[in-house]
Amino acid sequence: MSARDRQPRTPMLLTTLAALVLTVLPLPAWLDDARPAFVVLAVLFWSITAPRAGGIALGFVAGLMIDVFEGTVLGQHALALSFVTYIAVREHQKIRSKPLFQQALIVFGALFVYEFIVFAIDGWSGHPAMTAGRWLHVATGALVWPLAAALLGRTYEPR
Amino acid sequence: MAFAGGYRPSPGRGPSPGFRFTLYAVLSITCMFLDQRGGWLEKARYVLQAAAYPIQLVVRSPAAAWRWLEESFETRAALREENERLRAQNRELMLRTVRYDALVRENAQLRGLTEALPPLIERWLVAEVVNVELSSLRQRLLVNKGAQNGVFKGQAVIDESGLVGQTMRVGPWSAEIILITDPEHAVPVQIERTGVRTIAVGAGDARALALPYLPANADVREGDLLVTSGLGGVFPHGYPVARVTEVRRDAVQPLAQVRATPLAGLDRDREVLLVWFEETHPAAPSSAPVSGDLPAGDPAAQPQPAIRREPRPETPATGGSGSFSPTSDPTVPAATPAIARTAAVQEVPQ
Repeated sequence: MSARDRQPRTPMLLTTLAALVLTVLPLPAWLDDARPAFVVLAVLFWSITAPRAGGIALGFVAGLMIDVFEGTVLGQHALALSFVTYIAVREHQKIRSKPLFQQALIVFGALFVYEFIVFAIDGWSGHPAMTAGRWLHVATGALVWPLAAALLGRTYEPR
Repeated sequence: MAFAGGYRPSPGRGPSPGFRFTLYAVLSITCMFLDQRGGWLEKARYVLQAAAYPIQLVVRSPAAAWRWLEESFETRAALREENERLRAQNRELMLRTVRYDALVRENAQLRGLTEALPPLIERWLVAEVVNVELSSLRQRLLVNKGAQNGVFKGQAVIDESGLVGQTMRVGPWSAEIILITDPEHAVPVQIERTGVRTIAVGAGDARALALPYLPANADVREGDLLVTSGLGGVFPHGYPVARVTEVRRDAVQPLAQVRATPLAGLDRDREVLLVWFEETHPAAPSSAPVSGDLPAGDPAAQPQPAIRREPRPETPATGGSGSFSPTSDPTVPAATPAIARTAAVQEVPQ
């Protein structure tokens, strides 16, 4: 299958790994809540621009890595990220054709859904869940999206 | 379907995204279920933690490199100053140790033991903090020692000024420490001044603990020292934990609102100590429930509750048979004069 080989697999994996590093980078406590979910942004970008390169598997694996790094219940972030990736892969053509501002709005919605799933599982599994700060990254993530998309877009040449 | 139309299914590309998503969702939920119930994935986590460790080291490398640069370019004057300070500190500690040995011996004599007790801490391991997570939902540290160094789950972690937390997940070369300030962590404490026992719960802030279970009329003040009470089976008795900083009593609330600040530098530590305790030491954490095989002390040294009841022998109802007092237990043979006397006194009200 020659079409498969031309997928931007290497930049996808490298940037997702970099996003993971940014996620675990220690930050001062007041900045920590505002840290965008870089991994979600990267996975969203790749599922919109190259849905066949990683697809839902990328979302699942990246989510599982977040679970390992953050010590949460295994599968929590994996489920949330798989779902968001699934929507993005299904709708990639519609999202891709929108201007960056509207994309940021869609990303806002996706991050909200993602955080809501994580929040719901936190509640079901008996972890403390209710702080206002946990929703902050939804807004900062959407704000960062145009920049992140531009940066990620430079890492490969669309064919 | 609301989402229909975005994806063009084409032959030869495998299953549809909907099918794939269902597959991964089922996989995630199975994972969660197994992980939550009975820790079925303990082994998988161990492996994954090992796989994640290199990335965590990479994340830490800029900070480590900066520290190394800082240390290697330190001026002679700064080093001399630090040397001077350490010398002074060492002298002070030596002086205290001299006194400590004498105190240990004196304490042992007072307890009626022939030999001084072994030190409570059997051995310890210095671990370097690799990663810090201090958010309002999670307060964790990652350190560079793991199962290969003998670290086990539920091990007490301290620093030079107080209690830090306990190990929660142990990988081969790393361990995750849950801090006492994590909202999911609770440590049984005692107010040192009064001996009141309560529980200190993390407040999701590296500088704050909450004491949510103290009644409004409890004797607690600002500045009170909290030490571990030795209950719970993880921490030994008498380790400093925190100092009370705020006591609020609301006339409407049945419980006082008490906040305390941890003594350990939870948000500043670069190194922490993993400790192993001498299991035979009386202050060591008791993992097994105390059963009936306690060593019998000198009966003459036991409290004599019956004698205290003496001033009111005309109220027989209050004394009852006195079966709650250990010395009047009928199964205990009246071997010593002290017990015989107690039994005699107790017969008076009946």
